[in-house]
Amino acid sequence: MTTQAQLSDRADRATPARASAAQPVARRAGRVRQRWELVLLLGPALVLFLGFVLTPIGIAVYYSLYDWTGFGSLSQFTGLQNYELVLTGTVFQRSVIHNLIIAALSLIIQLPLSIGLALLLNRKLRGRAVLRLVVFAPYVLSEATTAVIWLLMLQPGGFVDQVLRAVGLGGLIHLWLANTGIVLYTLFVVITWKFIGFGIILLLAGLQGIPAELREAAALDGAGAWQATRHITLPLLGPTIRIWIFLSVIGSLQLFDLVWIMTLGGPANASSTMATYLIDHGFKRYEFGYGSAVAVLLFTICFVFALLYQRFALRRDTDGALTRMAG
Amino acid sequence: MTASVAPAPPGFVAARARRGVGLSLTYLAALVIVGITVVPLLFVIIGGFRTNAQINAAPTGLPHPWVWQNYWSILDSALFWEFLGNSLLIAVVATAIAVSLGAMAGFALSRYHFRGREGIYTLFTIGLLFPIGVASLPLYLLLREIGLLENPFGVAIPQAAFSLPVTIVILRPFMRAIPDEIEDAAVLDGASRLGFFRRILLPLSMPALTTVAVLAFVTSWNSYLLPFLVFNDTQHFTLPLGVATFQTQYSQDTARVLAFTALSMLPALGFFVLAERRIVGGLTGSVKG
Repeated sequence: MTTQAQLSDRADRATPARASAAQPVARRAGRVRQRWELVLLLGPALVLFLGFVLTPIGIAVYYSLYDWTGFGSLSQFTGLQNYELVLTGTVFQRSVIHNLIIAALSLIIQLPLSIGLALLLNRKLRGRAVLRLVVFAPYVLSEATTAVIWLLMLQPGGFVDQVLRAVGLGGLIHLWLANTGIVLYTLFVVITWKFIGFGIILLLAGLQGIPAELREAAALDGAGAWQATRHITLPLLGPTIRIWIFLSVIGSLQLFDLVWIMTLGGPANASSTMATYLIDHGFKRYEFGYGSAVAVLLFTICFVFALLYQRFALRRDTDGALTRMAG
Repeated sequence: MTASVAPAPPGFVAARARRGVGLSLTYLAALVIVGITVVPLLFVIIGGFRTNAQINAAPTGLPHPWVWQNYWSILDSALFWEFLGNSLLIAVVATAIAVSLGAMAGFALSRYHFRGREGIYTLFTIGLLFPIGVASLPLYLLLREIGLLENPFGVAIPQAAFSLPVTIVILRPFMRAIPDEIEDAAVLDGASRLGFFRRILLPLSMPALTTVAVLAFVTSWNSYLLPFLVFNDTQHFTLPLGVATFQTQYSQDTARVLAFTALSMLPALGFFVLAERRIVGGLTGSVKG
């Protein structure tokens, strides 16, 4: 009976008319069964996802309309006032700018560097496997560990300073994390150290998808190595590069762990990001309403970027589903 | 080699010389990259073998003599093992939940036909854009409400929830690509659909399941924000949280902090060396699809 119901269900998918006319009872039984199976299969994931991902984010929108400390009842409805306060606050504005500076530096410095290194590592080198392993290693470490490693290295008079002095660059020494004009760039160097391996591995995977014949054909037509790279390899790497840009910008906008552990967004907010600003106000000052407004803005900025990027940059690579960006 | 057979044309020699220069430049660049990557790691590991006096006297020096004391005292104290155990427990639970629920949902979304299927799938994919930070405030209150603060499950369950989108996004196309004929044959042999899922689809999906498991595990293992919010009591700390806290607590005892940091890197680096292909394949695969 069960098997029959299932068979009819299967047949149903192929030719609905025939099966439904022949076995209406079995068909209904199959449908009821399918419904229960779906509840069983999808239910737990949906409950978990709605309960711990979507609902909290929905609630954040709700909280953001109140002046609230996280304790007691929500009574002080203030409408959009939190948003107004956040958006006009200079510290938040500076945080956004810091996020954007990190994103811009990533595109200007990390991207060409990753491409160059990936092209280099794509050559037939001795010990290439080990090289790839090594280059990727920092990416496996947690941001917390990375932050602590560099905190230790960057101590005034510490390892980095000593090395600079030893190679005659003592004049460059600064208070890497205490100087408000430098701290953001110091963090960018640490971020680059940690994340560049990921870009390189991603690009290497992309390079492997490019047939060697294409370059050989170009060489036969008289193209030099640079020309072949410029006109054949790079364009074909386009999809990989566009995905990298997407991930890099989203990552820059959401930057938190590393900054929080190394500087707490300081000194004097010189390295604050939207996320450190959010945690600082929400959990250190118990401004839950205000913090929620920051969270909603952070999410909105990422979401708008993702949609626009999907619409204009990734469209030629995929057929347009939002999902394909990460899938 | 070629030259010994016949005199090479001059152009060939020049090209070869150029290639030689290019190659040594390549090796030089490779060496620089390795140096920049490895030196900080070595600094931490080797630094752990020095005393504070040695470090203060010469931050860049080698241990002289080598001191095991820092490492022993950490391995001997309960703290490090507690952090390690907590991280492991949370990562295993989060991975198990994310992969099992994700596989079930992926099965339903790939091989059942019903109204609202694409809608539900889109809902999950939107989750790809939510960093845990955005949800942190309400999530914290929710966990406080249901009594999961200071509880490993208070970290593991939300982490599993946040890993679901990427799990489903990877599993669905994989499961969908398994030919219908296999399912038809199983049904003809008397298997129910759930039986087909358990006995045939899951084993066939092993590569994709491993990928999502590695992703969920690494994400959980490395996470900082959620444990930071949920745990106040040191004995519940995970490794990332523990390392960051240890660093501030013992900021005067640099040698000890170095040794502690070195030990906390080892599980991740060891796991990476053992499962490099899986991790790299999983991470790049999850992005490139």
